[in-house]
Amino acid sequence: MLLSIPYLILINMKKFTKLTSAVVPLNIENIDTDQIIPARFLKATTREGFGENLFRDWRYNGDNTPKPEFVMNNPTYSGQVLVAGKNFGCGSSREHAAWAIQDAGFDAVISSFFADIFKGNALNNGLLPIQVSDDFLAQIFKAVEQDPKSALEVDLENQTVTIVETGAQESFEINPYKKSCLINGYDDIDFILAQTKLIEEFEQAR
Amino acid sequence: MSKTLVEKIWDAHVVKSEEGFPDILYIDTHLIHEVTSPQAFDGLRKRGLPVFRPKQTVATADHNVPTLNQLLPIKEELSRYQVDMLTKNCAEFGIELYGLGHPFQGIVHVIGPELGITLPGKTMVCGDSHTSTHGAFGAIAFGIGTSQVEQVFATQCLLQSKPKTMKIEVNGELGPGVGAKDIILYIIAQISAAGGTGYFIEYAGSAIESLSMEARMTICNMSIEMGARGGLIAPDQTTFDYIKGREFAPAGEEWDKALAYWKTLYSDADAKFDSVLTFDAADIAPMITYGTNPGMGMGIQEHIPATAAQPETEKVSYKKALDYMGFDDNASLIGKPIDYVFIGSCTNSRIEDLREVADFVKGKRKADNVTVWIVPGSKQVEQQAKNEGLDKIFEAAGFQLREPGCSACLGMNEDKIPAGKYCVSTSNRNFEGRQGQNARTLLASPLTAAAAAVTGKITDVREMLEKVEG
Repeated sequence: MLLSIPYLILINMKKFTKLTSAVVPLNIENIDTDQIIPARFLKATTREGFGENLFRDWRYNGDNTPKPEFVMNNPTYSGQVLVAGKNFGCGSSREHAAWAIQDAGFDAVISSFFADIFKGNALNNGLLPIQVSDDFLAQIFKAVEQDPKSALEVDLENQTVTIVETGAQESFEINPYKKSCLINGYDDIDFILAQTKLIEEFEQAR
Repeated sequence: MSKTLVEKIWDAHVVKSEEGFPDILYIDTHLIHEVTSPQAFDGLRKRGLPVFRPKQTVATADHNVPTLNQLLPIKEELSRYQVDMLTKNCAEFGIELYGLGHPFQGIVHVIGPELGITLPGKTMVCGDSHTSTHGAFGAIAFGIGTSQVEQVFATQCLLQSKPKTMKIEVNGELGPGVGAKDIILYIIAQISAAGGTGYFIEYAGSAIESLSMEARMTICNMSIEMGARGGLIAPDQTTFDYIKGREFAPAGEEWDKALAYWKTLYSDADAKFDSVLTFDAADIAPMITYGTNPGMGMGIQEHIPATAAQPETEKVSYKKALDYMGFDDNASLIGKPIDYVFIGSCTNSRIEDLREVADFVKGKRKADNVTVWIVPGSKQVEQQAKNEGLDKIFEAAGFQLREPGCSACLGMNEDKIPAGKYCVSTSNRNFEGRQGQNARTLLASPLTAAAAAVTGKITDVREMLEKVEG
């Protein structure tokens, strides 16, 4: 059941409904936003182009040659879903981390635990963070280890993620408001702007 | 109904609360800097919106600024462009900017408190995770992403779900050589880098109450390093004394009114927290980190925990961290030679930190193998240090006192630690590459950092204190 939400302006945020894709596995815990996008790349003043520096120092040597052992440099792995160890996105509040992941072609990130600010930033950009159990995360890693082309099906409407090959499925939580935003491509500003009168009343009553 | 401090402040700022939706939370003060704001200003332009309440936003340049020759044009082109962009955006949208050269310029989390902008009972946000620092005054303060910076610009509000609450009590007396930084590194080591996720933490107990405001800021600052959205401490006489007379603090009748309200800001005796943890201050030793997240910390005399002792799923990540640091299982860090000491960042760059370091190094000199940078948190801290003659003490010790900024905490400017080098740092993150590509960071207190600077190696500062006292 989707919420009916009053909006002032509609903005074209990326919509998310359903996807089936192979995954890029990154079985490391506590991946912080400094690894996702190092601070030296935060000097840009637009939202675009961060993807090429996603996981920069894990992905490239100092001389800019790719590190062959890093998963994103291995042509065996591809897909729109990044799967990572627990406490993904800890550290800095830089939204550039979510922008970089999205810019590199990912539409969803799966982990058994997300840092709060990263999770919020991802949702605000139409990048779906999916929190699964430790056990289900281990199943995904195992499936990909056995067959790198193993696909996952992510269904936002029904809040499920399925390992296509084994049929193993788990449901995930998402705030109903944010779910509605993602499915419709709405963003928070449009929602709050529609409440401006309430905000002014609040200010006057203080 | 009895409430926690977080609930009291939160409830007083809810514009609208509706089932199924996050609350619309009113934000009293919005702090901004050059790195996480340009895309938000762009968003406003695209929507054709002004900043809704520009007088409730304060800007400074800190992340990207050089810490030498700040009055000259910034050499690095992208940094200069980003700082110029902040100046241009603030002028266009009517926001007060304390930019380079302004006597109020400094790290955003240092200037808010010292200018009396940070006050008890406020809601405060900034596009920076260490916004939790301001919680030391009994404010709800937390870091946000750039989309949310744009939200606050456009509406002075944020959509936020009410956080869970955790109380962390630290009781008893701290031993000699142990300070606020050790308390927070100890707590994070106990509950892990994710142990506070989803919570707002209230720090309480006799050891917390006895701390100065600067020390309380150090504690609240690192709340995010255990995943918590924020941390706060109930305001008391120490808080009120610190605020009184500051540039933008309420004065006269306004002060009396504010003070009466601030005195209501505490968790009711029977308020329920979602989680409560208690620690004994006497158990805390000077701390040092050995890994690549702030939860990988230990008492300085301890040995690095073995990889084999880690939970199965964590072994690979743990080993990767030790390999990055060049450390072995079960090793002691005492006596380990180091290359750099960085005293600065929003965690430990306030006047009290500089005084503590100066007091310790007076009459001593840094070891030849170590480069020492002291980066004050603000122009005001820098000036105060000079007024007190601390600059002379640092100079005699071979410590370089620089100009204010975030500096080597994240190495966005040229203050980077070279690859493979070890830096004992009073900052907040020891992530891989945080202080420079392949740099190795050991987080510690200002006192432990100063001891390492003098001996050139990891040192238990208590041994040096005893020598002085004996």
